[in-house]
Amino acid sequence: MDYQYTLLILLLPFLSFLVLGLFGKWMSHKVAGIIGTVSIGVVACLAFYTAYAYFGAGRDADGTFATELPYNFTWLPFYIGNLHFDMGIMLDPITVMMLIVITTVSLMVHIYSFGYMHGERGFQRYYAFLSLFTMSMLGLVVATNIFQMYMFWELVGVCSYLLIGFYYTTAPAVSASKKAFIVTRFADLGFLVGILIYGFYTGTFSFDFTVSGSVREFAGASFILPTALFLMFIGGAGKSAMFPLHIWLPDAMEGPTPVSALIHAATMVVAGVFQVARLFPLWITYAPETLHVVAWIGAFTAFYAAAVACAQSDIKRVLAFSTISQIAFMMVALGVCIPGEHAIIDNHGSLGYMASMYHLFTHAMFKATLFLCAGCIIHAVHSNEMSMMGGMRKYMPVTNITFLIATLAISGIPPFSGFFSKDEILAASFQYSPLMGWVMTGIAAMTAFYMFRVYYGIFWGTENKEYHEEIKAHGHLGEAPLVMTLPLILLTIITIFVGWTLPGTFGSYVSATGQAYVIHLDPKIAITSVVIAVASILLATWIYARSSQPVAERMKAAFPRLHEWAYRRFYIDEIYQFITHRIIFAYISRPLAWFDRHIVDGALNGLASGANGIGERIRPLQSGRVQQYAYVFFLGAVVLFFIMII
Amino acid sequence: MNFLSIFVFIPLLMLLGLWLVKGQKGIRAVMVIGSTALLASAICLTVQFLADRAAGNTAEMLYTASFSWFEPLHIYYSVGVDGISVAMLLLSGIIVFTGTFVSWDMCKEYFLWFTLLSLGVFGFFISIDMFTMFMFYEVALIPMYLLIGVWGTGKKEYSAMKLTLMLMGGSAFLMCGIFGIFYGAGGQTMNILDIANLQNGAHAIDISQQYIWFPMTFVGFGVLGALFPFHTWSPDGHASAPTAVSMLHAGVLMKLGGYGCFRIAMYLMPQAANELAWIFLILTGISVVYGAFSACVQTDMKYINAYSSVSHCGLVLFALLMINQTAATGAVIQMLSHGLMTALFFALIGMIYGRTHTRDIRELNGLMRIMPFLSVCYVIAGLGNLGLPGLSGFVAEMTIFVGSFQHEETFYRVLTIAACSSIVITAVYILRMVGKILFGTCTNEHHLKLTDATLVERFPVIVLICCIAGIGLAPFFVSDLVNGGVTPIIEHIGYVASKSNPFL
Amino acid sequence: MIQIEYFLIVAAVMMFAGIFGFLTRRSTLAILLSIELMLNATDINFAVFNRLMYPAGHEGYFFSLFSIAISAAESAIAIAIMINIYRQMKDISIDKLQKLKW
Repeated sequence: MDYQYTLLILLLPFLSFLVLGLFGKWMSHKVAGIIGTVSIGVVACLAFYTAYAYFGAGRDADGTFATELPYNFTWLPFYIGNLHFDMGIMLDPITVMMLIVITTVSLMVHIYSFGYMHGERGFQRYYAFLSLFTMSMLGLVVATNIFQMYMFWELVGVCSYLLIGFYYTTAPAVSASKKAFIVTRFADLGFLVGILIYGFYTGTFSFDFTVSGSVREFAGASFILPTALFLMFIGGAGKSAMFPLHIWLPDAMEGPTPVSALIHAATMVVAGVFQVARLFPLWITYAPETLHVVAWIGAFTAFYAAAVACAQSDIKRVLAFSTISQIAFMMVALGVCIPGEHAIIDNHGSLGYMASMYHLFTHAMFKATLFLCAGCIIHAVHSNEMSMMGGMRKYMPVTNITFLIATLAISGIPPFSGFFSKDEILAASFQYSPLMGWVMTGIAAMTAFYMFRVYYGIFWGTENKEYHEEIKAHGHLGEAPLVMTLPLILLTIITIFVGWTLPGTFGSYVSATGQAYVIHLDPKIAITSVVIAVASILLATWIYARSSQPVAERMKAAFPRLHEWAYRRFYIDEIYQFITHRIIFAYISRPLAWFDRHIVDGALNGLASGANGIGERIRPLQSGRVQQYAYVFFLGAVVLFFIMII
Repeated sequence: MNFLSIFVFIPLLMLLGLWLVKGQKGIRAVMVIGSTALLASAICLTVQFLADRAAGNTAEMLYTASFSWFEPLHIYYSVGVDGISVAMLLLSGIIVFTGTFVSWDMCKEYFLWFTLLSLGVFGFFISIDMFTMFMFYEVALIPMYLLIGVWGTGKKEYSAMKLTLMLMGGSAFLMCGIFGIFYGAGGQTMNILDIANLQNGAHAIDISQQYIWFPMTFVGFGVLGALFPFHTWSPDGHASAPTAVSMLHAGVLMKLGGYGCFRIAMYLMPQAANELAWIFLILTGISVVYGAFSACVQTDMKYINAYSSVSHCGLVLFALLMINQTAATGAVIQMLSHGLMTALFFALIGMIYGRTHTRDIRELNGLMRIMPFLSVCYVIAGLGNLGLPGLSGFVAEMTIFVGSFQHEETFYRVLTIAACSSIVITAVYILRMVGKILFGTCTNEHHLKLTDATLVERFPVIVLICCIAGIGLAPFFVSDLVNGGVTPIIEHIGYVASKSNPFL
Repeated sequence: MIQIEYFLIVAAVMMFAGIFGFLTRRSTLAILLSIELMLNATDINFAVFNRLMYPAGHEGYFFSLFSIAISAAESAIAIAIMINIYRQMKDISIDKLQKLKW
């Protein structure tokens, strides 16, 4: 099968970036938007065609889809052994799935942004960055080797930085973008060191794990490889906002909302999950215990983020924490995989792998919907605060319905997609340990609760009538234009249908071994989770749906400390602030700078003034009295004379 | 006459031309023609060199020639180039070319010294005779004093004096080292190739002597390469120097240090290089992290960049001392990349300073709206500096880290990890600076009326960005070019050092 | 024939008189005279050594002649300098001439 055209998937967005970036200044907004959208539209078609061709090509003899390598060339040789920095395109089931996720969401966001960013200054720049981001993210998923992944990994980080800081004249956006970049960069240091260790011991950077290079001193493999993998996971934890590296994601909501939908909900933040999935054969073979550590980190993150989400008042913050929580679900799913009895990877023990990828897929769709809905609402009321909303269902019917469906999906209510994927995650967790299973079920219940809290807070609850009247007086309070609602509707359709049409098929395309795997719904787990979800939805309805919320007020009053802590995100940000400013800046950088100016430089200045001082001392010898010189000369001559005689 | 000498003759002709012409137009004409000719010759040389290599010419140095200069002391004017020097000549050509445009309004005397400096730089990179090399090195250093002292800003006399004295101190060490090598190798030849390959009367330098001359030569060149703790001339010097001089200094002159360390100190004294590497590795490791941390709290844009140079040039020496092909290739790419990036940085800082008359980042904000072109380029330069893939910094750093991490001993690998941490700190100070001066809203009404870059200013900036992106997007060309030059040297160092008690 | 010692004694006396004068005199004119004394002392030595020890050669005489010529020129320059100094400073005492000290 020939996949030469896949190069265009990377090339087109890049060209679009170049054109928009270099010549955008002279374009009208419409032209710029069309260039960006059309190029991504073509890429989306190519991606779908690739998926069709790839999965349509049939399976190999061993029941797996063949890994295709249409391009691979040495981009930067390292001249040592088998190590080289390659660039290329690799297609395997998860790559193809990611291609679809990225291009679909990206296309929707491109269309949506026409309306959302309408008339905004820097419209061309916005589309240029979106194109660059899409290119980098696609480059990341098609990477043929870990270094290429790292390279595009850095690029998506920079795009995220540029897009979060899109409104660069406002201070919060600037500091949020800086924070996002530095936190992820710090995590990437772990990734880089992990890559170096991995490369050093295995002698290859390639993702082709069957052929490894000259493996040196692999006696230490039981320790070295898990270390390397865990370091790489730290990089993934940074991008995927795992505790305690999550602090940048809520702040990243300062960016334009479509950007949050694309980068900080659907694509870039799942890069960490994708990375673990990509290296899954190594994890499960060499480091299953470490993999379980990942699972527990994920579980804690999921719980923490869900707890914080219950107390936030900014709708984008709630969605951000719910994203953290859901990504943590995916991490947990990967982490609970256990080596099989016969082959190391079997589909039974590695159910979580499939569940994780499935959840990644469905989550991208419904979370993008949620963010885009939030964008519509923010577009209408010009505020992120729930207190400015309430009762919006009258004004925005389409947004209301789509938001509701997406919320039901994330809460795990059948027949929406989230139910199926989350159910697989719970099944995998129970398979690993009942404790993990119940913990995750509990967090799923919290998810349903806080998502409905925010849903009621926006569309029902207490309406801020005064504020809404004010908006109406100045213009219009109502549904967003079609260009914005259309992507919502499309994504919602996917959310509705992808669940109950795919469960049989998703597993047959994407699974740990690559062989077809038919998903069975475990009725016990399914019923439990649905019951619990419904119960928490009812609870949320009881508390938040009415126009006054006595219960919520009473709870807030009863546990003021707890609410305050959760609202302040358990002060993790403050701890970071303290460490960076008080410790690193004040106790490392400043003393070093002082040391440099005063000790190192002072030593040299001291040398110079020492030389000067000695000069001052010697100077009187040159008195300028000729006869004194003559005395000395004469005496010297006499002394020499005697010396010569002797 | 060998055609490499063209790199010395063009600046000489430029000096003559500058002396003869009158008026700003004439000066500009001479400078533009001359620097274009230099750049063109550098490009032709690169193409020719690659063609010859492809044709199978495997000599270590190409286009060698030698003319007796002072026979009794065996001083020859010997020239020749390998992959490293070709890359460095190309870099110098680009920087001199862009530097000319950046210093568009300067007077005749300035350009005279500027050209003399270029003469020294080009001469240094083409010569393979230690003494000739040293002479060109001095020719490159002295004009710096006047350029900073006369046309600089701030406390320029202090800075010029400090810079010159420290570098001269380095030269003193260097001269001792060079004569030590000369007599240690038998006192028959100053030619680097002869001494390395034991031809023309050279014999191996005794190990006990290497222990004396290696540190001397290394420190001598290391001063120029901003080796900790001899780096303090760099912040003051750069802060006071006029824009194009900062560019040339950080862009090319600091590379003389790394180049010399590699070509003379390590190449000619392999055993000592292997034995003593750990001391200098620790020092350069300190440079890397320490420079980055110090940059975090500076408030002057030029100081930030100068400390960042300390960090990045530290990485060059760090990688060279690892003594393996990959790391050394990375080091040379880092020289190229750092040269281009700091030149770009200093050019932009100069242009911003020329408008706002302050470099204090606390007094600047919101420049993005006021001068979009300069600001966007500044962001690109910043991102390049912190290793954005697609720009040259990433390529260089990755090659260095992968190479250094291949060292057999754990100690060196741990050092490499420590050096890796500089990429995080780099991100901190770059983003801090970019965030403070470019983003936000401008509150100073004097700055609101400022204009964006003129065409003459845009041109060099665009040239530099294209070069940086070129290396970043297609590194394999540069990498192969450089590796061809690095390999024989590294093999020589490894080979000689591996023979125990070799020449008894 | 007169013994060589007599000549040498005269020359030595002249030499040391010159040195003494050079070191003790304050007037630059006196110092110049002392220098002339020293020069003449060496001239005598040259001539005497040539006449009495190497009668075949003439180098000593030549040297003396050169020396006399040079000292004449030198005195002329020195006196010219002194006149100039005198015009500037109204004084030619050596104590006052310290301006070129550093």
